[in-house]
Amino acid sequence: MAADIVRALLRRPAGLISACLLILLYGAALFAPFLSPSIPSAQNLQRTYHPPTALIWQNGRLCVQRYKLVDPSTASYQPLPDEAIPLQWFSKGVSYKFLGLIPADRHLFTIPTSDPIYLLGSDATGRDVFTRLLYGAGISLSIGLIGVALTSFLGLTIGGLAGYLGGWPDTLAMRLTEFLMAVPGLYLLLALRAALSSRFPSDATFLLIVVILSALGWAGTARVVRGLVLSLRERPFILAANILGQRPWTILFRHLLPNTFSYLIVAATLSVPGYILGEAALSFLGLGIQEPASSWGLMLGQAQDIKIFMLNFWWLLTPGLAIILTVIAFNLLGDALRDAVDPKFRLPGR
Amino acid sequence: MNLLEVKNLTVSFHSGPKPVVAVDNLSFSIQPGETVAVVGESGSGKTTAALALTRLTPPPPTCTLQGKVLWQDGTDLLTCSNSLLRQARGGKVAYIFQEPSTSLNPVFSVGFQIAEALRLHQPNLPNTSDEVTRLLGLVGIRQPELRARDYPHQLSGGMQQRAMIAMALACQPKLLVADEPTTALDVTIQAQILDLLRELRQKLGMSVLLITHNFGIVANFADRVLVMLEGKLVEEGPVKQILRSPQHPYTKALLDCIPRLGQKTKRLASIDRATLVAK
Repeated sequence: MAADIVRALLRRPAGLISACLLILLYGAALFAPFLSPSIPSAQNLQRTYHPPTALIWQNGRLCVQRYKLVDPSTASYQPLPDEAIPLQWFSKGVSYKFLGLIPADRHLFTIPTSDPIYLLGSDATGRDVFTRLLYGAGISLSIGLIGVALTSFLGLTIGGLAGYLGGWPDTLAMRLTEFLMAVPGLYLLLALRAALSSRFPSDATFLLIVVILSALGWAGTARVVRGLVLSLRERPFILAANILGQRPWTILFRHLLPNTFSYLIVAATLSVPGYILGEAALSFLGLGIQEPASSWGLMLGQAQDIKIFMLNFWWLLTPGLAIILTVIAFNLLGDALRDAVDPKFRLPGR
Repeated sequence: MNLLEVKNLTVSFHSGPKPVVAVDNLSFSIQPGETVAVVGESGSGKTTAALALTRLTPPPPTCTLQGKVLWQDGTDLLTCSNSLLRQARGGKVAYIFQEPSTSLNPVFSVGFQIAEALRLHQPNLPNTSDEVTRLLGLVGIRQPELRARDYPHQLSGGMQQRAMIAMALACQPKLLVADEPTTALDVTIQAQILDLLRELRQKLGMSVLLITHNFGIVANFADRVLVMLEGKLVEEGPVKQILRSPQHPYTKALLDCIPRLGQKTKRLASIDRATLVAK
């Protein structure tokens, strides 16, 4: 069944494109230490606001252009005409731990000299934006998945049980969701961040906040699932399942809840961008990820400087582009998944 | 020896200010291999009585059941434990409904749903998918191995009804309750489904409890008829006797309502319920 859905998804252009894009993004996040030539905290105060380095073809090899600082006050750099350093592929560089476990020191590309490679320029302290973008992707992209997985799981289970059992479990669950929906989320978050910041490192706090947020956020999903189950459980096919002698739990999990999946999967994929944007907003406000760790929202927050707009340092806004791409990809995926999950919209052919 | 014996079955609903008695003191029995037809107008309690046989009516306090439903082996289906009841549902008594399109789960293929019934009631079967194909073939679906992979909406109404019958047969029931199995179908398909049921009844030796409005079906298909009015059993007897010489005025009125081909009448007879109920 899962294979059918994947096949139906990939047969749609929107599904194929968004799936490829997301695989690319998550792959980049996973292999960030390998793909990046540097580490996100490496500063170079002589090379602040460096523009993206040009890659040129010289003597049959791909080379990195060298630059010279012309005016430190406006951060203007000039390429040195005859100086280019050939790239080394799969070479040894800064050592890191792959997936946090396996020690490694190979990078996709480096250069033999100590000159920096700035594929997407550098920021105010001369750190490589490309490297920080890759490392930041891990946090920004996983936050959405964790949040949505928790929300969907809680919403599906609690909403499904409430709708199916009815009576006092239903009343209890619904009053609980009403209470949770009445809690002002942003103030709770501010309070939690203030209360927890001293005990945990920034990324742990952030994860905790996401867990707490999704523990508050399942209420909406639960209410919709309950409504769906309430209407579905009166349908004759549920009576038919009863007539076969199915157990009540089997009926709930095998017959009722799969009928809510076409809603749930779409709602889940469409709310992933919400979490990514939420993380961006929080980091922008200084509540999310803290230095020296990186995330897309934090990078965007640091790009809000009048100097950057006056001097047109466009490469500092690339995290915004990454967020836009991710959000569009998830929205397209949600759209294509809705059609793929519903057997009625599945394209012909087996 | 009766296959099923219903004694003083009373079903009442308590959702309104006054309890509504949908089935009132109903008693009847079904012999092995026998076909019993239940006729009566809408709301006379036919379906409710059939559902009450395996406690499929809403749970108390909304709906209460009284009386006894005795199976061949002496179990009372109205009071037995839930696990015994689950075995009885499907295993002893299987149902097919008038609306096949809504009785199949839209998100699973037909084959999957039949296989589910098989796993539940014949867990020792070595190859479930072969049996699914065999059952679909048995109910007269062409290319059963292909159709098993279809979703309900891809099948026609007649094929959906056949799939429902295959699902009911997968449980190997002793008694098949067919609740207006042909109402949603057109006349040609109706005839096919009835032929199929007749054939299966002989092949598998099932008893059938047929619920219907249609006296044509009753005449062709059933051995015995029960006539219900307002939840009560008003007349019972062999088909020929009831059709030829109905005793109860309601049965007579029901038979008079049937339009006859070639007979010129200005108005069809209608049933005057006020006088009937008064009697």
